[in-house]
Amino acid sequence: MDMRFTEAEEAFRAEARAWLEANVPHGLPSGDTHEGFALHVEWEKKLFADRWSVVSWPEEYGGRGASLWEWLIFEEEYYRAGGPQRVTQNGIFLLAPTIFEFGTEEQKARFLPRMAAAEDLWCQGWSEPDAGSDLAGIKSRAARDDAAGGWVINGQKTWTTRGAFCNWVFGLFRTDPEAARHSGMTYLMVPLDAPGVTVRGVERLDGDEGFAEVFFDDVFVSDELVLGGVNNGWGVAMATTSSERGLTLRSPGRFCAAADRLVELHRRLAATGEHPERVASLREAVAQAWMEAEAYRLATLADVSGLVEGVSQGARSSLTKIFWSELDVNLNETALRLLGPTAELIEGSAGAIDDGAWMKAFEFSLSGPIYAGTNEIQRNVVAERVLGLPRK
Amino acid sequence: MRFAFTDDQLMFRDAVADLLANECPPEKVRWSWSDDNGRDPQLWSALAAMGVIGLTAPEAGGGLGMNEVDLLPILTEAGRAALPAPLLETTAVVVPLLAESAPDALAATWLPDLSDGSAIATISLEGQPFVVDAHIADLLVAERNGSLFAVPGANLRLTPQASVDGARRLFTAEWDEADAELIASGDAAAAAVALAFNRGAVAAAAELIGMAERMIAMTVEYVVARQQFGVPIGSFQAVKHHLADAELKVSFARPMVWNAAYALANGEPGLDRSVSMAKCFASDAAEVVARKALQCHGAIGYTTEHDLHFWLKRSWALAASWGDAGWHRRRVAALLLD
Repeated sequence: MDMRFTEAEEAFRAEARAWLEANVPHGLPSGDTHEGFALHVEWEKKLFADRWSVVSWPEEYGGRGASLWEWLIFEEEYYRAGGPQRVTQNGIFLLAPTIFEFGTEEQKARFLPRMAAAEDLWCQGWSEPDAGSDLAGIKSRAARDDAAGGWVINGQKTWTTRGAFCNWVFGLFRTDPEAARHSGMTYLMVPLDAPGVTVRGVERLDGDEGFAEVFFDDVFVSDELVLGGVNNGWGVAMATTSSERGLTLRSPGRFCAAADRLVELHRRLAATGEHPERVASLREAVAQAWMEAEAYRLATLADVSGLVEGVSQGARSSLTKIFWSELDVNLNETALRLLGPTAELIEGSAGAIDDGAWMKAFEFSLSGPIYAGTNEIQRNVVAERVLGLPRK
Repeated sequence: MRFAFTDDQLMFRDAVADLLANECPPEKVRWSWSDDNGRDPQLWSALAAMGVIGLTAPEAGGGLGMNEVDLLPILTEAGRAALPAPLLETTAVVVPLLAESAPDALAATWLPDLSDGSAIATISLEGQPFVVDAHIADLLVAERNGSLFAVPGANLRLTPQASVDGARRLFTAEWDEADAELIASGDAAAAAVALAFNRGAVAAAAELIGMAERMIAMTVEYVVARQQFGVPIGSFQAVKHHLADAELKVSFARPMVWNAAYALANGEPGLDRSVSMAKCFASDAAEVVARKALQCHGAIGYTTEHDLHFWLKRSWALAASWGDAGWHRRRVAALLLD
């Protein structure tokens, strides 16, 4: 057991920290509105310009070839410096690993550099009105058009995060309606400006237009937009969902930084001397939230120690997903309890502490136990595939 | 960075696990409940012969000269077996304390005998109301008025205190300073006491992890075999979610305990915080797992005919020893907020 990083890794940290401290924007509006999204894309382009947008990717696609450890270090520094959530995350953290694993050389060259540069902005098309937790129940169809060399899509996707702002969607479509439930699906990449695509923004719980419905009416996509082979979509998609549940979407840096801010909030409120009973009664809750972030950081170090030696997380990634999503809710709930009656004040209210950021973060955190496979589904996965309980 | 055990550490663990599977099955724990003395000298000798008891003693003291990280997987196995023996007190706490803080002659008197299993030690710090296994202890290391003393077992006046865990033996102990030898006083004693407490807390946390893992394994086995409504009860989602919650608790307590052992072994800054995080999470995890395990066992788990209660009761006891979750959470709060 050796919990020290190497000199080279520490040098990487120092370089990342210096750059981030000089460049991270503060006070950006939410990236889940039209105006905010554009500003976030500007920030993403700046990250890319100095090769910080996808540090773990090979240099030829815009990265630095950084190791998994360096990627964790970068994430820690990114959130410590106050960096905003990445509006490119569905592309760089979810689609990209799938392209690296299943994509052709042409697909890699075509999509990865533009994704790294925030030229293409990707959203994810999994859920449909009648297929949420039961993802294999999707109905959107892609019918073969041999003459044109491609597929004609009809159907609807929903809860598509930032769908109203992106220009590409990736998702699963049924290409063999006769096949069994988990077969006959194909992973397709679809330009949102293709004829026949209609995108309708949907206001989320927090009031931002962060969701969208995407309608497909005879939308043609050519064969080179098939990822991982026709009718192989389920296996290809599962590779992506384990990225979503596990490490790549939710590195510990974000939660550790939020936990530090919670500690700072408690200290700040205690220093005012106001509402001493409330502030004092929440000391243990603040400590608990901070410890949960720390537990997540340490569990990640253990997981990555295994990964670099070839031990994959497998179904244990479901434990990871449950833990980070529930710690995030708990952390933000604790902050709201600290704020008491001012907790309900939102952005722009004169009396709001931290400009309503805690309520905003709380509302956002409530999505965690729902998306990427609800925590009820994750608990089933843990019971069946980690512990070995019978499916039926 | 490598946050994992070495192959050697895991091989040692596996050897101890094999020994405990043979020498300390649940029948041994059951025997320990009913036997007057409740302690098996042969089991202790077998552990000593393997090097387990003297693991933390320097080689000059007849030990293996290993550290808290080496010891951790073995303590977890002790918890998994509900070992009725003072491994925590002797090996995790007293042996390193004597090696570091006792005058040379005193250390030389005790360490070889402790390492080879011919002597047994236990510990009593101020604030700890009971002494574990004082009835078989040849040596008590005790804190009194800020000093640390070595008290021979023969000089103790003991009053038994019955624990809910019938395999645990607790005592209140009286002794006279005239019958004891000074180990350390003043700042040296304070530092030794602080370190001993942290070691005890991490060792208890390590045992709690092993107990929780065992309770989960027993419960999985039960809910797969037990049929109701014509199917295994483990196929019901309510049961699955109880067990998933149990696994979740242990999975995120475990790295906290590793981290605390690493902090002890390497004298890392922020030691108190690391230790308290570990004990807080391990205590909480074991209590949750115990509840889930009992619930999923149903009525059979509510009997003393079934073995489950050995682990339930030991986990209640250890969760509250060496600082319970609330005590450690408050210590973390003070370190973060004051």
